[in-house]
Amino acid sequence: MADHAAHRDHPHGLAHQFEDMPQQKESAVIGMWSFLITEILFFGGFFATYLIYRSYYPYAFFEGSSHLDILLGGINTAVLIVSSLTMAMAVHESHSGNKKRIMVYLILTGILGLTFLVIKYFEYSSKVEHGLVPGLVWHPHGEYSPQLALFFSLYFGMTGMHALHMVVGIGLLTWVFVKTAQGTYTAEYNAPIEIFGLYWHFVDIVWIFLFPLLYLLGTQGGH
Amino acid sequence: MADHHHGPTVRIYLAVFAALMFFTVLTVWVAYRDLGPFNDVVALGIACTKATIVILFFMHVKYASRLTWLMAGAGVLFLLILFAFAMADYVSRGWLGIPVSHYLQ
Repeated sequence: MADHAAHRDHPHGLAHQFEDMPQQKESAVIGMWSFLITEILFFGGFFATYLIYRSYYPYAFFEGSSHLDILLGGINTAVLIVSSLTMAMAVHESHSGNKKRIMVYLILTGILGLTFLVIKYFEYSSKVEHGLVPGLVWHPHGEYSPQLALFFSLYFGMTGMHALHMVVGIGLLTWVFVKTAQGTYTAEYNAPIEIFGLYWHFVDIVWIFLFPLLYLLGTQGGH
Repeated sequence: MADHHHGPTVRIYLAVFAALMFFTVLTVWVAYRDLGPFNDVVALGIACTKATIVILFFMHVKYASRLTWLMAGAGVLFLLILFAFAMADYVSRGWLGIPVSHYLQ
C-alpha cells in the first residue's frame, strides 16, 4: 500500500474505496446482479401464481390466451431481441470509449423500447374495446369460463409490471445517454453503461418467458 | 479475474442475435403443432435456452468472474426453490383425502 501514500493521479471515475478500475467495475456488476436476484424473485412470484392457477384452470387459460394477438406479441419479442443486440453493442463500444457509437446504439435501443411500448398500448386498447379488463371493463362476448378473469388479471399484472420496467429502463437509458453525451464515460470508466445493459437484458428475458406462457397457449385451445 | 476484459466479439453478438430470432420463430411454429403435453415442455425448453444465451453472452456471464457466476446462479436457485416449494404444496393437496376448501378443488 506504500504507493498509496505517494501522490498519484486519481483515475477519472474511480471512487476512493477501490484499488483500481477493474475492481470497481466488478463490484458494480456484482451489486447489479444482487439487485437482479430480487427482480428475478419479484417476477418469480408472478410466474409461480401463473403456474398454480394454470394447473388448476387449464381451460380458462387456453381460452384467455386465444384472445391475445400472437402476431403483435411476436413482433414485440423480435423488437426486444433487436434492442438487446443494440444494447450489447452500446456496451461493446463503451469498452473502447467511442462516444459517438455508444450514443447511436443507445438511441436505437431507446427507439426500440418505445416501439415495444407503443405496440403494447395498441394491444391494451384492444382488450379494453373487447371488455377484457377485469375490474374495469369486464364484459367478454358470449360464453366464457368463470376463471377467464383470473387469466386476464395475470396478463395485465405480468405484462403491466414488465411494461413498467421498460418505462423505467427508458428513463435510465435517457440518463446514461446524457452522461455519455457529456463525455463522462471513457474506455476505463464505463460501468454505468454496462450495468444498465444488465438491467435491459434482464427485462428482455422476462418477456422471453411471458411470450410463450401468455400468447402461445391459445393455439392448443381445443385440447 | 476481471483484470483483462475478454468480452464477446461483434461476430458472437450477431450469432447470438440470429439464434434468438431463430428460437422465436421456432417456438411460434411449434405452438401450432399438436404435441399434447409436450407443447409446454418444448415452449419452456426454448424459453430457457433463449434466456441462457442472453445471460451468457449479452450479460457477459460467460466471461465474468466466479463471483458473478455465483450471483447469477443464486438467482436461478432461489427461483427454483420458490417454484418447487409452492408447487409441492398445491399439487399434493388432496392426496391424503382430507377435505379442503372448495375454492382449492
